[in-house]
Amino acid sequence: MEFLSDIASLINSTLRISTPLVFAAMAGIFAERSGVIDFSLEGKMLMAAFVAAVGSYYLGNPWLGLLLAIIVCVCLSMLHGFASVTHKGDQVVSCVAINILIIGLTTALAAAWFGQAGLTPTLNEDQRFLEIHLPFSDALRDIPVIGTLYSDILSGHYIFVYLAYLSVPLVFWIVFKTSFGLRLRAVGENPSAVDTAGINVFTMRYKALAINGVLIAFAGAHLSTAVNANFFREMSAGRGYLALAAMIFGKWHPKTALIACLLFGFTDALQIRLQGVELPAIGEIPVQLIQAIPYVLTVVLLAGFVGKAIAPNAIGQPYIKER
Amino acid sequence: MSNIVVDKSKVPWWVSNVIVPLVNLTLALLVSGLFVFIAGENPIEAVKLIIYGSFGYIQGFAYTLYYTTNFIFTGLAFAVAFHCRLFNIGGEGQAYIGGLGVFLVAINLSFLPVPIVWLLAIFGAFLFGAAWAYIPAYLQSKRGSHVVITTIMFNFIASSLMIFLLVDVIRDTNQMAPHTVKLPEEIWLPSFEAFSGILGIKIRYSPLNLTFLLAIASLFFVWFLVWKTKWGYEMRAVGHNTQAAIYAGISPHKNIIIAMCISGGLAGLLGVNEILGVSHKIQAGFPAGYGFTGIAVALMGRNHPIGILPAAFLFGILYQGGSEVTFEMPNITRYMFVAVQGLIILFSGALENLFRPQIESFFVRRLNREVNA
Repeated sequence: MEFLSDIASLINSTLRISTPLVFAAMAGIFAERSGVIDFSLEGKMLMAAFVAAVGSYYLGNPWLGLLLAIIVCVCLSMLHGFASVTHKGDQVVSCVAINILIIGLTTALAAAWFGQAGLTPTLNEDQRFLEIHLPFSDALRDIPVIGTLYSDILSGHYIFVYLAYLSVPLVFWIVFKTSFGLRLRAVGENPSAVDTAGINVFTMRYKALAINGVLIAFAGAHLSTAVNANFFREMSAGRGYLALAAMIFGKWHPKTALIACLLFGFTDALQIRLQGVELPAIGEIPVQLIQAIPYVLTVVLLAGFVGKAIAPNAIGQPYIKER
Repeated sequence: MSNIVVDKSKVPWWVSNVIVPLVNLTLALLVSGLFVFIAGENPIEAVKLIIYGSFGYIQGFAYTLYYTTNFIFTGLAFAVAFHCRLFNIGGEGQAYIGGLGVFLVAINLSFLPVPIVWLLAIFGAFLFGAAWAYIPAYLQSKRGSHVVITTIMFNFIASSLMIFLLVDVIRDTNQMAPHTVKLPEEIWLPSFEAFSGILGIKIRYSPLNLTFLLAIASLFFVWFLVWKTKWGYEMRAVGHNTQAAIYAGISPHKNIIIAMCISGGLAGLLGVNEILGVSHKIQAGFPAGYGFTGIAVALMGRNHPIGILPAAFLFGILYQGGSEVTFEMPNITRYMFVAVQGLIILFSGALENLFRPQIESFFVRRLNREVNA
């Protein structure tokens, strides 16, 4: 039975840890399907975490914090669009600029406003999101299998966890089943054809970036107002890049990207479980090396040992309208 | 805005290479001033402190040049890869591993005569940094894994690996903190203090050392390599138009590997300055963001050694003056200067075309008027 509850708690933490990755990967799908590279997921996630924590600290309501985070992230996405869509600047440079700017700005402002080394004040219960216990989860706990599945795995998560997994079919529907999605994909594959059809390439890319900003804000808010009760320096810890790798590994497709995110989440959950555990034959693995496992896995997956990833055709290229 | 069409051939070189970058830099600094204001301090006072801290006294100036040394290496590192259209943002990790190379060579070969140890240690730094860049380069060229993600991941991996080594393998066991033993004093690179005695100036301590000259030499090395050799031409051809380069018989794979290895090697040289020159031991996290700053330095210097030198110097001023600011102004931390770097990358990299057409057409029109008159 202990083995079973171990597995249950591992799956539970996988779902939780994958949440910001899923939001970020979905955000990445919108930007990249429209032909705009988005490495700035990392910076935006960090900014969202900062704004959500500060916002809900001052306003006393995590939903208002989330709202502020959404506004700020959409603004950052617009900045990326302004540089790389309107002014045809290099998309990767724009992303690197945003990431470095945010790493500095969040920590500097946290230090200036709250006087602690890049920390925001701890949020109380009213200022953060709490775990949601699904109905009857206590009553059903003792039933074998169903009880574990329902009460220990599905119940007791933050709202973001449920939203993240609900967002996947929604993104799938938008991208593959609506005319907006068709245009979005066309803009990323062949912008001049879309332009000929009378659709504004720039507007489409800005719309995609706006949705991208909304989604990534959820990832950041999850970090600072749900799983943690404050913002701390560089708390996104490369998750934006992991999500992007998951998206590439998932071939810019929501369903496969979700699987990749869960794989990363599982590795991370396993990594935390393995710390300080004596493994048969190997012994205890030093904690620093265990912590590197998700990053090594990213490199291995990106190396495409499971098939080459093919990006949207027009990705990374600014669209230049002919006259 | 984009309606302005400028005949590029009529734009004087100093407009596109001096005036436009200066305008972009000014914009970045103006926005930085706004951030300082938001943080609750007076931006003008901050500028005064920066200038005093970096130029006001000889020791401060020596610190400025010491930071400049680091930024020349990491700036060149980013620039070399960029000419092959590769975004090596892994300078941080390559510098970290480069430091390991310096230390291992220096500690194991310290019985050799001094200049030879130095040369071998420099070689070790270059080799280790290059090796750390090799894997992302290989994966980019053979498997198409984007070098931005792999180099970032290699930064994380380098950091984990080095902490592991510092804690479990090469730690100075007499100390609690994770760092190695000190290198024997005979093989330390001579510092500026030694020279300043000859010049008749007395200063207590300065991190500036002989590596500064190595940095200057690297500027020439990169200029020669990228613009004066066949290989440099091939590399730029691959960066400019891979298909055309393949058609001309140039191997993208070979050039991607070489560009990234040289880039990683240059980043590795940071370890020479930090370990052979300053701290004489490996400390956890010694690259301290210099690798990332290199991106800003290279983009501001338009990826050319002639531009990278003043850009590195400017960042030296910002770093050294910045530490004066953080000392005097409680609301400003060194992270504010990380934000400033981000703004400089934004305005001189991504938004470099923001006002370029206006500025160029302004000068072209003015020059035309002079010609007609």
